[in-house]
Amino acid sequence: MGEAISQSEAMPGALRHRLSRALENPTLLGFLFVAPAELILLIFLAYPFVLGLWLGFTDTVVGREGSFVGLENYKELLEDSAFWLTVFNTFLYTVVAVILKAVLGIGLAVVLNRDFKAKGLVRAIVLLPWIVPTALSAICFWWLYDSTFSGISWVLMRLGLIDGMINFLGDPWNARFSLIAANVWRGIPFFTIGLLAGLQTISPELYEAADLDGASFWSKFRKITLPLITPLLAVVTAFSTIWTFADFQLIWIITKGGPAGATHVFGTLSFQRAMSGGHFGEGAAISNFMLPILVVCVLISFKYLRRED
Amino acid sequence: MVGERAISKALKFYVPLGLYLLFLLFPFYWMVNTVFKSDKEMYNLELNPFYIHSPTLENIVHLFTRTIFLKWMANTFFVAILSTLMALGASLLAAYAIQRLRFRTSQPTGVAIFLSYLIPQTILFIPLAHVIFQLKLWDSLWALVLTYPTFLVPFCTWLLMGYFKSIPKEMEECAMIDGASRVRIFRSIILPLCLPGILSAGIFCFTLSWNEYIYALAFISDTSSKTVPIGLVTELVRGDVYHWGPLMAGALCASVPVALVYSFFVEHYVAGMTGALKE
Amino acid sequence: MAEVRLQSVCKRFEEVVAVKDFNLFIQDKEFVVLVGPSGCGKTTTLRMIAGLEEITSGEIFIGQTLVNRVPARDRNIAMVFQNYALYPHMTVYQNMAFGLEMRKTPKEEIRRRVQEAADILGIGELLQRKPKQLSGGQRQRVALGRAIVRKPQVFLFDEPLSNLDAKLRVQTRLELKKLHSRLSTTAVYVTHDQVEAMTMGDRIVVMKDGLIQQVGSPLELYNFPANTFVAGFLGSPSMNFFEAALKREGSAVSVCKGSLRIDLPPEKAGFLEGYKQETVIVGVRPEDLKPVQEHLPGRTLQALVEVVEPIGNETYVDVEAGGVSLIAGVGRNVQVRPGEKLILMPALERINLFDTQSQRALGLHHS
Repeated sequence: MGEAISQSEAMPGALRHRLSRALENPTLLGFLFVAPAELILLIFLAYPFVLGLWLGFTDTVVGREGSFVGLENYKELLEDSAFWLTVFNTFLYTVVAVILKAVLGIGLAVVLNRDFKAKGLVRAIVLLPWIVPTALSAICFWWLYDSTFSGISWVLMRLGLIDGMINFLGDPWNARFSLIAANVWRGIPFFTIGLLAGLQTISPELYEAADLDGASFWSKFRKITLPLITPLLAVVTAFSTIWTFADFQLIWIITKGGPAGATHVFGTLSFQRAMSGGHFGEGAAISNFMLPILVVCVLISFKYLRRED
Repeated sequence: MVGERAISKALKFYVPLGLYLLFLLFPFYWMVNTVFKSDKEMYNLELNPFYIHSPTLENIVHLFTRTIFLKWMANTFFVAILSTLMALGASLLAAYAIQRLRFRTSQPTGVAIFLSYLIPQTILFIPLAHVIFQLKLWDSLWALVLTYPTFLVPFCTWLLMGYFKSIPKEMEECAMIDGASRVRIFRSIILPLCLPGILSAGIFCFTLSWNEYIYALAFISDTSSKTVPIGLVTELVRGDVYHWGPLMAGALCASVPVALVYSFFVEHYVAGMTGALKE
Repeated sequence: MAEVRLQSVCKRFEEVVAVKDFNLFIQDKEFVVLVGPSGCGKTTTLRMIAGLEEITSGEIFIGQTLVNRVPARDRNIAMVFQNYALYPHMTVYQNMAFGLEMRKTPKEEIRRRVQEAADILGIGELLQRKPKQLSGGQRQRVALGRAIVRKPQVFLFDEPLSNLDAKLRVQTRLELKKLHSRLSTTAVYVTHDQVEAMTMGDRIVVMKDGLIQQVGSPLELYNFPANTFVAGFLGSPSMNFFEAALKREGSAVSVCKGSLRIDLPPEKAGFLEGYKQETVIVGVRPEDLKPVQEHLPGRTLQALVEVVEPIGNETYVDVEAGGVSLIAGVGRNVQVRPGEKLILMPALERINLFDTQSQRALGLHHS
């Protein structure tokens, strides 16, 4: 049998045979298999990424190749009060929203981590805000935050908690927290469903043992649940931080960065300067300011997500 | 005793669950509630806004007759399906190669793909716009079909690597001894076994593509080539005139395909989401 | 049908040497068992024969063909895996037919051979089921069936019984042996279970740390182990070992340990000719220590019973004798209790002596 095969090299099907032999080579086959994905990522991800770094050092505007201007864009930005407001907004938005999402998300995960009727249905409902395209739910929030016809204002007035309609999007701080609320609404499911999977892997015996030791609900949560889901929580938080930090569409749809730049974050400001204003170089420079934070998040998630081989 | 336990259960479970659900579902209620109201009713401050006094379909009619909503839907489908297929194909091969073929650079390749998953679109859209311009794909749906895989491929590959890892190596070795070639093993053993993973990945890709906003906003300005989210916001808001009814109708209708896909495959979706996070 | 020849085969995984200078000639139709503790290189050896692992150096022949560079799929071998590796999305029939289909066997022929194999294994009823619907024992049979339909040159088994419960394992062991004599195909079988090795192998290869320790028939290895490792590995409970001082008086030799003294019979004493060291390792199997009524100095041991372990057909007692812990099989009719005295007589002709330094058996010519 083995002999027959080693002799068939000289036969008419030799080329085909040699090809099929070559495909048995893991290195060659691996290279072929990875090629499409790498090609896509090289052309549309790696190249633009590097190009973006470069553009930040140029005065490129739409339709015209720019020339190298060194740190000019960055220097201008650092002297630009609108940029500093954006920095403040971005950090406020990210920190507050991520903390709220984490706390509320863990809370819901703990509530859901038990057997009850219609568990599947409830879980499906919980995921809805995450599933529905952000742009579409953003439109909904936009309308919900209407200065005259908001249902929230209406309810609060009926309850006697406020006297007049709330100017959700017209006031800087109202606008910031309105956006944070919308972001939290959308982000809770990611934390909840992500962590629920982790909670379910915790053996109930641990809680039973803690019950025997007379532990309270809180001490069980702090001493058992939290330490065991910490790695997963770190990953989920890192992911969420990246997405929140680099958010664009929610803010762009609801406030476009307004009122008077009070809700601009890096993403919206760079879009405004690059796409609406045509200043690609400046926009790229703003985007590039995101990189350091991004790197930190990547390192955190990478540390915990590393798959052992 | 029994009463006490019931109260404690209500406090620990039903009350928080109820509050969460209220918070999570409220915007949807507001959306649906608006869709079936006439403008007159909507802007009447005397009426209870949470109740529809005289239901009407006029907003939906407006959406379908006075905008090219269906065209936008078709555009979104076109982009979502094509980019999903592209991403799935590339990711399947890549994930298998990285996880199972163990060629020399498989580990760095896996790491690189993971890293590229974490680069947000917000950083890339400006240089990408430049690239799209150079490729003369401006205002073309192909610009989206080609760029969406950049965030789909890393995610799918990561997800599928987990699935491939769960298939016992012996299965492949047995097939090898049985006389199957590598390509044949991939086709007859690996692919059928990974079907749930492929389904999860596909659903994710579809919803992510349907969800995409910034590239579509940046690369497309021609009204008839817009995707749904862009079309709605740019065409139904003219200066200070907000067509809230049709906007809500659009948001509702555009959510339907995603919600349908999701409701059929919710288990796969959850599996995909948690699978991608697991180590 | 084919013989398998391994010549100076080595396998290195980066820094770790898994198999060192492995030489073995497996005859056609022979059933050879590779046995050893985990990490001894037995599975790696099997996988090298299968073509799943590349050989670092050396040569492997199947039949007359050098297979070093022949891929697994062209070696015409069949392998049964520890976890069976059944394709979960295929029916039993499809699982069994897969290998034949890959070899472009005509449909009719496939049907005939699958049916034949299914009849042999008594799984004819299960052909349309999926692996998930089968019990562990049935899965094991399907895995076997998948191997035998192919009529390969060599069967390779990688711990195929370790996922079965104890009772089924004994039963399947027997059936496998019957199957082998019926198919008379060369078989290489890997296990860590010495009972499996003893009962199934025509020949056993004991491995440790990537090195062959001894090759031989089961009884050869049991009665004449080449070193303390083989002696301790085969047999349960293990052989008793203790290091004892040598006392020579003329041609008579005795071994002493504390208050223990055993006078060696002349032919055992002869093994010690030319042996220069002061001490020797004495090995006695539990079943070779029998209780007697009367103490004979130099012939029997006075022992104190510590634990009694009746297992039904035999009763083992853990005793302490002259500072040495020993296990003795005293037969099921002896009634003893912890704390009691017991006099044990070793079967002198079955005592094993090992070099204290090299741990090798003394007086074995063929090792």
